[in-house]
Amino acid sequence: MKFAVDWLTDHLDTKLNDHKIIDKLTNIGLEVESFENQTSEFDDFIVGKIVNTEKHPNADRLRLCDVDIGKSETVKVVCGAPNAKNNLYTVYAPPGTIIPKNQMKLSVSKIRGVTSYGMLCSESELNISNESEGIIDLNVKKYGNQIGKKYFKNSSPKVIDLSITPNRADCLGVKGVARDLAAAGAGKLKQKKLHKIKFSGSQKIKVKITKEKNQGCTSFGSCLIKGIKNTESPKWLKDKILSLGQKPISAVVDITNYIMIDLNRPLHAYDADKIDKGIIVRNSKKGEKLDALDNKKYILDEGMCVISDNSGVLGLGGIIGGTKSGTELGTTNILLESAYFEPKSIRSTSKRLGIDTDAKFRFERGIDPNSIEEGLVKAAELIQKICGGTVSKLDVVKNEKFKNKNVKFPIGLFKQITGFEIKSNEIIRILKDLGFLVKQNEGHFNLTVPSWRHDIAQAIDVVEEIVRIKGYDKIKMEIPEKTRKKPTLNKQQKLFHLLQRSVASKGYYETITWSFTDSRINDMLKGDKQSVEIVNPISSDLNVLRSSIFSNLLSYLKKNLDRDIKDISLFEIGPTFYGNKPGQQEIVIGALRSGLVSRLNWIEKERKLDVFDAKRDVIQSLVEIGLDQNKFKITSKAPSYYHPGKSGSINQNNGERVPIAYFGEIHPNILQKLEIKTEALILFEIYLDRVKLSKNKLKDQKRKYQFSDFQKSERDFAFIIDKTFKVQELVKIISEIDNSLIRDVKVFDLYEGENIPNDKKSIALNVTIQSMDKSLNDHDLEKINKLIISTVETKSGAKIRS
Amino acid sequence: MSDILKLKEEYLKKLSENISLENINQIKSELFGKNGKITNEFKKISNISADEKKKFASEVNSAKDEIQTAIEKKIKDFEIEQINSKLQSEKVDVTLPERSFVQGKIHPVSQVIDEISSIFSEIGFSVEEGPDVENEYNNFTALNTPDNHPARDMHDTFYLDHKKEFLLRTHTSPVQVRTMLKGKPPFKIIAPGRTYRSDSDQTHAPMFHQVEGLHIDKNINMGHLKGCLNHFIKEFFEVEKIKMRFRPSHFPFTEPSAEVDIGYELKDGKIIIGEGDKWLEILGCGMVHPNVLKNVKVNTSKYQGYAFGIGIDRLAMLKYGINDLRAFFDTDYRWISHFGFDPLDVPSNYRGLSR
Repeated sequence: MKFAVDWLTDHLDTKLNDHKIIDKLTNIGLEVESFENQTSEFDDFIVGKIVNTEKHPNADRLRLCDVDIGKSETVKVVCGAPNAKNNLYTVYAPPGTIIPKNQMKLSVSKIRGVTSYGMLCSESELNISNESEGIIDLNVKKYGNQIGKKYFKNSSPKVIDLSITPNRADCLGVKGVARDLAAAGAGKLKQKKLHKIKFSGSQKIKVKITKEKNQGCTSFGSCLIKGIKNTESPKWLKDKILSLGQKPISAVVDITNYIMIDLNRPLHAYDADKIDKGIIVRNSKKGEKLDALDNKKYILDEGMCVISDNSGVLGLGGIIGGTKSGTELGTTNILLESAYFEPKSIRSTSKRLGIDTDAKFRFERGIDPNSIEEGLVKAAELIQKICGGTVSKLDVVKNEKFKNKNVKFPIGLFKQITGFEIKSNEIIRILKDLGFLVKQNEGHFNLTVPSWRHDIAQAIDVVEEIVRIKGYDKIKMEIPEKTRKKPTLNKQQKLFHLLQRSVASKGYYETITWSFTDSRINDMLKGDKQSVEIVNPISSDLNVLRSSIFSNLLSYLKKNLDRDIKDISLFEIGPTFYGNKPGQQEIVIGALRSGLVSRLNWIEKERKLDVFDAKRDVIQSLVEIGLDQNKFKITSKAPSYYHPGKSGSINQNNGERVPIAYFGEIHPNILQKLEIKTEALILFEIYLDRVKLSKNKLKDQKRKYQFSDFQKSERDFAFIIDKTFKVQELVKIISEIDNSLIRDVKVFDLYEGENIPNDKKSIALNVTIQSMDKSLNDHDLEKINKLIISTVETKSGAKIRS
Repeated sequence: MSDILKLKEEYLKKLSENISLENINQIKSELFGKNGKITNEFKKISNISADEKKKFASEVNSAKDEIQTAIEKKIKDFEIEQINSKLQSEKVDVTLPERSFVQGKIHPVSQVIDEISSIFSEIGFSVEEGPDVENEYNNFTALNTPDNHPARDMHDTFYLDHKKEFLLRTHTSPVQVRTMLKGKPPFKIIAPGRTYRSDSDQTHAPMFHQVEGLHIDKNINMGHLKGCLNHFIKEFFEVEKIKMRFRPSHFPFTEPSAEVDIGYELKDGKIIIGEGDKWLEILGCGMVHPNVLKNVKVNTSKYQGYAFGIGIDRLAMLKYGINDLRAFFDTDYRWISHFGFDPLDVPSNYRGLSR
């Protein structure tokens, strides 16, 4: 809420200066967003000095003036004034300025063939006087050192912009702000007596609030003011309206706006002559129309609270009035409305129609239901004073009577919550200043909550009132205890943390991208998961939750390639989604790597990245989180965005149905569709939630340390085997022949081609043989050799290569 | 001079001259081969008379030893010389670049989450998490923000269905609800994570990170809240002292509520935390509203406590001098390289949060 700081003094007797007030406001929870000079249309006019004049080449009566305006260079201005001469101090208006007299906006223009930058002004053009003969001649003594400075000193008071939290509707009026300040010791709240106005006659327009379900209006106060002359507002009122950042319109409108800001009491003025018989406050019917004061047409739904007459809707109660019954300068008889509308009803109607007005903002948060009469009287008084007329008696129709809330406040609660003590009489003083009625009892107070405080419903709310007025700085700091009763991270969180750093340590850059993505990309990656659409996305290319960790990573990879960065390694760890219900998400770490290994390297041969680079990184990461590589089962099944022949999946154990990871090269179609240009692109992904972690701590996982010092032997074998036979199986066959002797099996060569049938390959393996309990002699070795060959040949159909 | 002594002198002289490795091998076989000169002398020993035998044998033995020593030395010299000459030819320019190595990076937000977890770990908080997709009840209603509450307007919410039942959580506070519903007090948790609001401009991203804090126990009051946050802010910014200001504010789920500002000043365009007279809002907090505690079945006559919510991205920006929020989520390789952290730099209590 914005208003000029001096408006506060209408309600507050204070000795504090502006800055103390600002601090105080912040300290009691009325956050000051800004405290600034009002910008004014007069700011542009500056003091200038004519340093040189010449005759205009094409016009006898015009002169070309070089004007010093306090900048490094002078400006050229064409001027017709007879008194434009060297060394004259005058007022200069740059291009863009609006001239007060004719409201014309200056532009750079050619005047009879010569360009003029701005204008030198006469008093009449500035609306200072009627003097239009010649430009202003400023006193050298006074203005000699003012070149370039503003001519009009900004004397208007500074404007406070308060950010009022939604609970503090009462502070959407200057009076409420003053009340809070007074309670906090900034001064004394002025108790103003209403001037007596002479009411003449009763309010003749009949008002009815229909009794129906969800009626949004509980009371409707009004008075009729007859025979007014609506006019321009007086200066003091105009200034107030301007300080709100609004434009003065007419006295009647300005007064209703003024009362709204002053007392947080929205009003509405109708042209009484345009009301057809009586006022009916009722729920709207579907399809009813309203031409509103914001110049928009609204078609109403059922059940919106409307003010109507016998021929139709006049306005949406508490939100906006209609043009049909609006006041104009020619209006002579007005009906002034001061009503109470239910916040729920206001909120629902304004949301459905998408209207936001100052009145709506206030009613939605809850205004003081007991301010109906005060608002009417104060407005009527001002209208009468400025526009004349006679005021009828007030008419207040009520469907419900407002009852103040009562709260029982146990005095000890304050210390229990805040940790510090405050004397009872200080509590009473603060609460009374805030408008509470306080009844003292044994150990507690019975409080009557002021009608303007909708936010106070229970004792805890009262604690906040006291502590914020007393000052949060009074809360004593308790040093935190350094004890830990529960481990900081659980197993799953440790896994997240470790895997994140494990992948990063392999040269990948971690990134964080949106959890939502472009459905067009997501569709290429989502497999058989359902799309999770966002009903109200911020843009059409971020319209679904990501089904895959790669949905965004791929497009960001492309962005970096487009920046001409060639070898990129990126990863992200985070949620992917398979449904729109809580929990239908799983954590995935996904990594992408593009380009070449050893690009432009003097010592290493450069080569394209391939599936085995991806496999190394994924396996090594899984080993680092504590999994046993020997138990992994690798298959060649991977999601469709992987290259079908160069990708695989990893199952944690042989029996596990769902893979914990995939790796491989990307499917060329994806590159093509996304227009990604790179030599190679590999990727892998690990599903953290699928990883089965040992329940044991590391200390319980370690097995007994066993080693052998007996002679170790190595034997090489080469088998010719079907091309489709998986090497993983071959290694497994050999490893399982004799656990007590075969320590290790290494694959050291793969050969296909000459001397080997087309459908076969040759695999060379190195087998380490060592016994735990003796040195093996030639005979033992020969035995195991033969066993290896015969077992492999029987189980795999391979032939030993001689 | 005996023949043996002559032989010895002769060969020792030869060995002292500049001879090749072949020459040495030749000398070896001349002397110690099957019919070598020294070998033959040894053969003579058995034929010599007893009284001369001892002297002769000692002469032969000493000749053998001396010559062998000389030969060994000569060979060693050769080897050394050989290595030296090899080394001469093996010099490389070590200023050439090393074999390639790629260094990875941890995103500043991840690093800061680890820093935060490390600090709160020390004072007994454990980490809880909740889903990114929430239901309307956990995100709003349970947190004392009913449907008709204007505070809902302050959260521009992404919805996942037309009934507005499912949404992307607008804050990490629903984790409070989940944690308290599934457990029994006391609670002492932090909950870092992704949060979402349909708001996007220079200073707002549609996704950002928050960390929620919750401490519920007997007699936990605003003084504990103040002490906890003071500890956190001081540790996090790694400064000796900080200026901190609690300012009354409003959140539906806390009462009383506060916003916390920290004092700072600008020096050469950099923000210095803990000095100066400017204030920067960094978090919101308060005592958990009794309505919230009732919603999650916590006995309010026994238990009370505080909660807070901090913007992680903003903390990271302040601490590490990052001035563009949008850049966090833009995956610019150059930016990650510049602001990212070495994966081995794990924040911890004993070696400190950062280098």
